[in-house]
Amino acid sequence: MEEKKIIVEIKNVNKVYQGTNAVVKDLNLNVYEGEFLTLLGSSGCGKTTTLRMIAGFEDITSGTILVEGENIEDKEPFERNVNTVFQTYALFPHMTVFDNVAYGLKIKKKPKGEIKTKVMEMLELVQLGGFEKRYPSQLSGGQKQRVAIARALINQPRVLLLDEPLGALDLKLRKQMQLELKRLQRKLKITFIYVTHDQEEALSMSDRIAIMNDGILQQVGTPVEIYEQPATRFVASFIGETNLFDGAVSSVDGDKVSVSIESGVITGKGTDFKVGEMVAVSVRPERIKYSVRPVEGFTVPAAVKEQVYVGSVLKTIVVLPNGNEIRIERLAGEELPAEGMVYLYWKDEDAKIIHSFDNNIFAAIDNIQLA
Amino acid sequence: MKKKKNFRGNTLPALVMVGPVTLWLLLLVAVPLIYVVFMTFCSLDANYNLVFTFTLDNYKRLFDANYVQIYAQSLLIAFSTTLICIIAGYPFAFLIARVFTKKKAILYMLVIIPFWTNSLIRIYGWRTFLGSSGWLNNMLTKLHIISEPAEFLFNRGTIILGMVYCLIPYMILPLYTAVEKLDKSMIEASKDLGAKGPATFLKVILPMTASGIFSGSIMVFIPCLGYFFVADILGGGKSDVIGNLIERQFQSGNNWPLGAALSVILIAITLLLVKIYQICGGDMENLGV
Ligand SMILES: Nc1ncnc2c1ncn2[C@@H]1O[C@H](COP(=O)(O)OP(=O)(O)OP(=O)(O)O)[C@@H](O)[C@H]1O
Ligand SMILES: [Mg+2]
Repeated sequence: MEEKKIIVEIKNVNKVYQGTNAVVKDLNLNVYEGEFLTLLGSSGCGKTTTLRMIAGFEDITSGTILVEGENIEDKEPFERNVNTVFQTYALFPHMTVFDNVAYGLKIKKKPKGEIKTKVMEMLELVQLGGFEKRYPSQLSGGQKQRVAIARALINQPRVLLLDEPLGALDLKLRKQMQLELKRLQRKLKITFIYVTHDQEEALSMSDRIAIMNDGILQQVGTPVEIYEQPATRFVASFIGETNLFDGAVSSVDGDKVSVSIESGVITGKGTDFKVGEMVAVSVRPERIKYSVRPVEGFTVPAAVKEQVYVGSVLKTIVVLPNGNEIRIERLAGEELPAEGMVYLYWKDEDAKIIHSFDNNIFAAIDNIQLA
Repeated sequence: MKKKKNFRGNTLPALVMVGPVTLWLLLLVAVPLIYVVFMTFCSLDANYNLVFTFTLDNYKRLFDANYVQIYAQSLLIAFSTTLICIIAGYPFAFLIARVFTKKKAILYMLVIIPFWTNSLIRIYGWRTFLGSSGWLNNMLTKLHIISEPAEFLFNRGTIILGMVYCLIPYMILPLYTAVEKLDKSMIEASKDLGAKGPATFLKVILPMTASGIFSGSIMVFIPCLGYFFVADILGGGKSDVIGNLIERQFQSGNNWPLGAALSVILIAITLLLVKIYQICGGDMENLGV
């Protein structure tokens, strides 16, 4: 794999607003040149704050941010080679579309002719040719968004920051704009740092996703990595549907790890685990299989509670002896027996074992004592 | 048929609702106004009684050189007052709305409270403060900055000072509203696109708060033409505004027809300014209309 160039380097960054607890906690993140990186996390986890620190609208409490190797701490927003697309668009209402887009170039005192060609090019690029004489109040939400993007791109920033740019659009338009943004990013090869709390949007658009929870970076990786190899309990449950089993490692045999949970023993793959360690095991609903006889390495019986067809997929909820519900997804036609017990199992590599660092360790301890 | 009945059914409640207001306006605005206009065409007999002999003399006298000079002076005072109010009021409004946001309520009250005190009394306050044996002169003589009490009163500058003092809240309030409405992300977007503070102010903040400046200017300029008591108390009758001319005709001059004609001129100037304001896209609601 070729070595990728780092364009934004966030090192040990903390942010504390006056009178609040830390909002961003010891953030370390590298953004590579030309990539589409998404900051994903639930509301209030510090995504906007992080973006605003990169843009220069918010002071960094401690730590450093480098853009193209240069510390930006003492640079004003207008000195940074990054531009922002605001969630509220922030178009200047007293200027036409043309003047809005031209703003950055006019500030730089570029010659009139050059401004005109560049603005027209930009408007063409975001498919707004012919709209240059309109005022923002005469545009639809999607059109305003395009103007905001064109305006931010005209300065040819090294990095474009987008804070939930599609948040205010309806679902259909959002889907369309997602594709368009992705196309634009590929074409211009500008680094995008994109904030959203919509995981589907993140999975479909990003080269890499950085997942934050409560100010702490949980994991950075490609959509597939994030989905298949969640690093924390939070990531496993935040991205897609999953089943989490809390327990303790009972035996380790190479990369085969057995885990005792309240209702029996399950197996998964993983390295770097010690016997007795508290872990969580994450298994996606579509990876869970069943058998009427116990399968080697698995001793978890389950009773079927509910089966629902959703199109071509059969969604089943089974109940473990301790009352925990497990969700299973099978292709239609593969019903589970409605009566009696089944044994759940899966391929070792379909179970992701996660170190339990967080408070859920207590849940795991409870499980062990009951078992 | 049915429609008509419905219509009639609605007329009475509508009349009850609108009637008193219309009557009120008719009695308190329309009738006096018509009377004032009527008066302008009257003249006075030997005993200073009003007689109706249709005449345009009163209007002709408006172009008397002395009067024209006072109009010019009055407009000059109004212009200066408005300008000073903008220059002094804008930073203040900006500070309340954007910088000291936590003390917003207190600062806002500081602007409003003087409204509750009679402006005549406040203007007399200034006279006491600036007078030859007033507080300021005493201070300066005691500190040996001046040996003789200086004359601060009775010039155009003091009148403008008093006008600014009386009218600046009318400038600050619409300005405050305009600045307050300005979305912070507009300023951020401007900086993000490379503009420094002054450029952001000129290209984004100022145009986006122009409506406030505009409303404020109208609300300062118009009363400024009429506030005769400020010119009287602080100007000592040396520099007059249009208001003084009118007052004098109704009081000492005892020439009501001429006073009425002068009033009509003032009303015309007011209407003209408001019309210009409206044509330029000013928001009538900001004027309390
Ligand atoms: N100016 C501020 N002063 C104090 N606290 C703030 C300020 N701005 C944000 N916060 C707090 O910081 C935390 C993170 O805010 P932030 O806006 O970064 O969240 P976010 O991840 O962008 O959320 P959302 O998805 O809702 O936009 C929140 O708890 C918020 O209340
Ligand atoms: Mg946000």
